[in-house]
Amino acid sequence: MKNLGEMLLRTEPFSEIVLGNTALARAMIESGTEVVTSYPGSPTPEIASALLSVPGEKRPFYFQFSTNEKVATEVACGASLNGHPSCVFFKSVGLNVAADSFVQLSLLELEGGLVAVLGDDPGANSSQNEQDNRHFARMAYIPVLEPSSPSEAYRYYLEAMALSRRQKMPVILRMTTHVCHGKEKVAFGAWKGGTVSTESRFDTSGGPMVPLTAAALEMKRRSLARLSLAGCEMDSPAFCEVRKGTDSSRGVITAGLPFRSLLDVLEDSDRTPDILKLGAVYPLPEKAVEEFLRTHGQVKVLEELDDVLEKDIKALAFDRGIRVSITGKTDDDDRIGEFTPDKVAEVLAKTWPDMVPLRGAKRQPSLAPRPPQMCPGCGHRSAFHAIRQALAKEDITVADIGCHTLGFLPPYEMGEVLLSMGHSTGTGAGLSLFNRSRKVVSFIGDSTFFHAGLPGVVNAVFNNHNLTLIVMENGTTAMTGHQDHPGAGRNANGPSEAIPVRGVLEGLGVKSIREVDAYSQAKLIELVKEAMAEEGFSVVIARHPCMLKYTREQQRNPDYVRKSVEVNQETCDRLHVCVESFGCPSFQRDEDGTVTVSRELCIGDGSCIQTCPVKAIGLRKENRGGETA
Amino acid sequence: MKRFDIYMSGVGGQGIGLLSEAVIRAADHAGLSVCGVDTHGLAQRGGMVESFVRIGGEVTTPLVRKGSAFLVLALERTEALRAAEAYAASGGVLLYFDTLWQPLDVRLGKADAVSAEDVEEACRRLNVRHMAEKRDLPDVRMQNVALLSRAAKEGLIPGVEMEHYRKALEDLLPGKVLAANLKVLEGQ
Repeated sequence: MKNLGEMLLRTEPFSEIVLGNTALARAMIESGTEVVTSYPGSPTPEIASALLSVPGEKRPFYFQFSTNEKVATEVACGASLNGHPSCVFFKSVGLNVAADSFVQLSLLELEGGLVAVLGDDPGANSSQNEQDNRHFARMAYIPVLEPSSPSEAYRYYLEAMALSRRQKMPVILRMTTHVCHGKEKVAFGAWKGGTVSTESRFDTSGGPMVPLTAAALEMKRRSLARLSLAGCEMDSPAFCEVRKGTDSSRGVITAGLPFRSLLDVLEDSDRTPDILKLGAVYPLPEKAVEEFLRTHGQVKVLEELDDVLEKDIKALAFDRGIRVSITGKTDDDDRIGEFTPDKVAEVLAKTWPDMVPLRGAKRQPSLAPRPPQMCPGCGHRSAFHAIRQALAKEDITVADIGCHTLGFLPPYEMGEVLLSMGHSTGTGAGLSLFNRSRKVVSFIGDSTFFHAGLPGVVNAVFNNHNLTLIVMENGTTAMTGHQDHPGAGRNANGPSEAIPVRGVLEGLGVKSIREVDAYSQAKLIELVKEAMAEEGFSVVIARHPCMLKYTREQQRNPDYVRKSVEVNQETCDRLHVCVESFGCPSFQRDEDGTVTVSRELCIGDGSCIQTCPVKAIGLRKENRGGETA
Repeated sequence: MKRFDIYMSGVGGQGIGLLSEAVIRAADHAGLSVCGVDTHGLAQRGGMVESFVRIGGEVTTPLVRKGSAFLVLALERTEALRAAEAYAASGGVLLYFDTLWQPLDVRLGKADAVSAEDVEEACRRLNVRHMAEKRDLPDVRMQNVALLSRAAKEGLIPGVEMEHYRKALEDLLPGKVLAANLKVLEGQ
């Protein structure tokens, strides 16, 4: 088997088929990035998996998962101030959490350089929105490079880090989901080896970096000047590529993955436009764009999500008095969804139908979608099944972010509103104000509890709010691939102090705390009812380890025996509680109403056994004796 | 060569990642240009997962347009139907592993399960060659390699031979796991 960790440390140039995220990990090593921080979030966690595939003692970098994106940004910032080339990476909405510190970065002298890798998610594949983080770049005066493929991600990271170190300023590398997860053969350069420097280069000889009073304005002036310099450097053929088409009266300006989609759509077209592909998207490369505008009668700006380039390009044409017809977004649909080749064909056809070859009838699958769901054995399922029985129909449930969010789907329908990481206690508190008729229950997972959940809890205690918070504790950051969190007793580098959820709650002054294993459904129902009957803020911790993680670990053991339950067909009354209400995907329903258990799916956890009113579910006979299935 | 587009789908947890990575590496071992992309993240929790692989020709984007995959590989029957209807090109091939992981609406009694005949019927309508694979395996987690084995033996990907698939698995799997999977790949 090829070893990823060894590959990332090769000193001679080589080519390998890799994910965009893995290409970034190699770029970090080649560029001498010494400190890397993150909070896990799709589409970026595979950058961390790649970095962590290098054994600890061989890592020419330090890596940590921080408590949240803001802390991750601050740790990378501090390391950069001290002279370490640094990188912070996280998902799109992570930037909202980081923002308070992030918008200050450009004011500082970032001695070592700092590249922020943002994983934007057009199409909201695994996010609660599809926000366009180019807006943040404008607000924070930080330049943005945007690759369209894994090879470009590698090259642009090297360029971003070089620029950042030269100018001592932050640079954003804006990735999108299918650039992060795209796979292709990437040609890597040499790595001259290296280790993390122990020299402290933090230097305030130019004055303290404290943007207060008049200093804030001076620092802003320097920040703007650096942004202009960076803009000039990026206005070069390295980031502005022109491709000739067959109809040179028309041109498309585009960037990122939409550029690749456009090439695909135009493949079978007889009339193709010239294309200006921008790798630098903020500040706008004015020279390259101006020349393109002057040499084309009609220009289409093809960009995913918001009209950031379009507005800048139109302003440039106006300011320079260029006579050219510019079309960008034509309707709201053009701002929604990922610019896949199918989408780009639709968008382009609205402006230039003659350039988009007609294709056959639209394909519409006849089946209902298959949304993600909780895994067999998931403690959250057991908890939701029980909690639902403790609630009155009119009670309000507030979801937070994590695997437990999936409880909002049928059959549980637990969680009726969702904002962001850690919002549930705050939003629940607001819902409880002046509300005497409906009880409020909020949910939160343990990683999210540490990430952004604490201020809401403090506020609930501080302001005597009347609601129940249920902490769904599974011991890991499950949704993003089982990264350790502060309660796990391990970090990315080894053992660490496990911070107990209960201890934190007690320390914050929470008086009413109950704990139970999420598999003990009767007890959980009782505790939730008790907690909800109290006035004030109460917490129930429903704990069970992530069974996907647990089962995977068990399967590595050569003596592992896969267990499963079965339905006793003689006892079964076809009440369908298991398949319809408990809803473990292992239960399969025949057309005649018979329920069976899929041995491919069942892990034999047995959390379902208690749900059957006629006790028809039990472990398979051979599992009771411990025999191999 | 003209580009050969493949669309793959299944249910999160079935091992579509290994399947697509093996196809990509096999094509590379065969000396063909190749790129691809998988769905990650949320989708893995028992939801529908998909992968795209494009072999040969100029690499534009890894994403494949609807109705244009010459080969559709599916790890589950319901997803086979969905995949063929959305992505299979007329004149192309659907190969799927015939197991059923009932989607929620079937388990709730709100929809009928997809039958093997439903998939066959859709393929006839779409002018797609239909192939179902079903075999007993030492471990259900090897259904992905069983599907790969059938694709290899039927020569469904032009220019990619059994030895290339073998090399691909050698790149991806360690010791004993590799041996067990090679048995499934090359055995009956």
